[in-house]
Amino acid sequence: MGIAPKPQIRHNARRMKKLVCALGWAGIALLTAVAVGVIAVRRSEPINALWLVTAATCCYALGYRFYARFVATKILALDALRATPAERLENGRDFLVTNKWVVFGHHFAAIAGPGPLVGPVLAAQFGYLPGTIWILAGAVFAGCVQDFVILLFSVRRDGKSLTEMAKEETGVIGGVVAYAAVIAILIILLAVVALVVVNALRDSPWGAFTIAMTIPIALLMGVYLRRIRPGKVLEVSALGFVLVLLAIWGGQWVSQNPAMAHIFSLRATTLAISIMVYAFAASAVPVWLLLAPRDYLSTFVKLGTIGLLGLGIVAIHPTLHMPSLTRFVDGTGPVFAGKVFPFAFITIACGAISGFHSLISSGTTPKLIARETETQMVGYGAMAAESAVAVMAIIAACVLQPGVYFAVNSPAGIVGQTAAAATATISSWGFPVSAGEMQALAASVGEQTLFNRTGGAPAFALGMARIFSQSLGGSRVMALWYHFAVMFEALFILTILDAGTRVARFMIQDALGHIYKPLGRTSWYPSILTTSALIVAAWGFFLWQGVKDPLGGINSLWPLFGIANQLLATVALCVATTIIIKMYRAKYAAVTLVPLAWLVAVTFTACWHKILDPNPRVGFLAQAHALGTGPATAATARLILNNRLDAIVTGALVVMVALVLFESARQWIGILTGRTEGRIKETPFVMTRLAEESL
Amino acid sequence: MTGFTAAVRILWAALREIFDEAAYSRFLQRSNLSSSPAAYAAFCRDRDSTRARHTRCC
Repeated sequence: MGIAPKPQIRHNARRMKKLVCALGWAGIALLTAVAVGVIAVRRSEPINALWLVTAATCCYALGYRFYARFVATKILALDALRATPAERLENGRDFLVTNKWVVFGHHFAAIAGPGPLVGPVLAAQFGYLPGTIWILAGAVFAGCVQDFVILLFSVRRDGKSLTEMAKEETGVIGGVVAYAAVIAILIILLAVVALVVVNALRDSPWGAFTIAMTIPIALLMGVYLRRIRPGKVLEVSALGFVLVLLAIWGGQWVSQNPAMAHIFSLRATTLAISIMVYAFAASAVPVWLLLAPRDYLSTFVKLGTIGLLGLGIVAIHPTLHMPSLTRFVDGTGPVFAGKVFPFAFITIACGAISGFHSLISSGTTPKLIARETETQMVGYGAMAAESAVAVMAIIAACVLQPGVYFAVNSPAGIVGQTAAAATATISSWGFPVSAGEMQALAASVGEQTLFNRTGGAPAFALGMARIFSQSLGGSRVMALWYHFAVMFEALFILTILDAGTRVARFMIQDALGHIYKPLGRTSWYPSILTTSALIVAAWGFFLWQGVKDPLGGINSLWPLFGIANQLLATVALCVATTIIIKMYRAKYAAVTLVPLAWLVAVTFTACWHKILDPNPRVGFLAQAHALGTGPATAATARLILNNRLDAIVTGALVVMVALVLFESARQWIGILTGRTEGRIKETPFVMTRLAEESL
Repeated sequence: MTGFTAAVRILWAALREIFDEAAYSRFLQRSNLSSSPAAYAAFCRDRDSTRARHTRCC
């Protein structure tokens, strides 16, 4: 037998490698099927959280390797030789060729907010199954695809924003609606996240003290950065983190000292006013003093904690006590009212698909991408990572005993005002919990009570504290971990509040500048104060409504936020589909058209329910009517007005998005029937210098 | 360079980018300045004109 020639050996080695690779992917596909099967089929006994982790990891891997690559090659035709705006327009400031992993980190840090933590916790009232399935399927087929294609389309248009692309590709209506939707989402988002913080901190001296201390810590960081060690952000963030840990530790002393505990035991209304005053001040003071250091501190804590939580879940692989499906899929849930369809999909929001991400994908990120081929990893990959965060959140909520979960997340208006009434109501639903058990749990985390802590943040903090304390320190440090988790959530929610208020202020100033020029000047103090007050008043109105709502506020506001966010995703997918059709890739348009159709079905159904459903807990108008026919109190007239306003806001959003949809569909039909010429507004091809250099 | 060292370097670069330290270094290089409170103030003004306008995600 002779020795095979070298080309033959290389050929055999390649074939062997391909075979091993194919077997590996087949193994992953099989593991995915088993894990998803276990999650979907097991009904009678609790399952281990590792099944969720396995299913998620495998789904993202398969989605990235096969589906994203299909989109990249067949539809987008990513071209490594085409120069990106980062290269062509490089100015060392906004446009900058950057390592793909660095861009990935940057993009992930920008898209990961409290949405994927809070939404899945609230949706856990239906059981872990609906939320998990939607997080996985929604991310792989919709959210990741949206982020990926919008990023690439922005890269091919010199880093243009979604609103600019919508205006150019779908017409003026698209641009105006995208702009209005962004403002509306910002206002509702700011109100709802502020409400989450209020609910987490009310009557919690420990939590209120810790969060209050982050303000002087941020100011100190600002002065340190500016005067003592200019530019040493990582160093000062580490210092700030140590100070925050000290504040958490000090909070325990505050909660145990009667005089201090009295000072920091704040009612929901007091907290709401404090947060509004804080956001107004943060919007008006120089960025370097408060906003930037708080943003750095929040990012530092966010990245570290998410990493730690992931490790903690894998290390202790807890059992999920929540059933796969609960009786509340019928729409009678105490956390928020509404059936599993469409409300589970509205509530999960950013963990599966977020319209807001399309703003980031067409904001900073496209200006940093070195090569088109990197958009797959950054756009698709970062959203998969965000979706993994949502899976962690659902695990954190479902490791709690269901009775405890419902006691924490249900408003007093549903379960009763006293501990005895609440536990009796929740136990009657088949989720046993006792007043003594809740009292012991509250004591173990240093709180007076954990009843009616609506909003998702306290339940998430409890789950997180349980996972952390089991990994490190045991039950002795449960209180510290709980308040660490509350601080973690509140810190970056407040960052969104101050940064969001400022961004909304700039947008309003831009718009008002067209009417009266000086109002558009961002450094003119009368304009700064007027527009800051305007934007704080807008979200403050919804926050106040939530604080005063006898059903806890989240019932009305979170679905409103979810609807607004998903409607923005609808606009983004309309833009993406229009561009794909204009690129003569209509046969593959289903990649964005199917998620678009699903989102239209979900959001329009949710809007219909929120406006017209006869159940007063679901429909805004029905609730206004029920309040009108019920006993009149001092607050009745205001509650009726609030509900009618919510109905008008929801209706206005859905009409605007329907217009974009109509306008887009008109274009698609025109192009496909040959009546209209499909002309895309891409920047002309320029050969990359990076490729020439590598040659 | 081992894979581990490369990973650490990339992670460090990502952190420096996320926390604007790399942007500050580029600003100093571009403006021919050395690090000082005045230079950092100028950098902050430069960044604020663009960065503060960017939306943050939910």
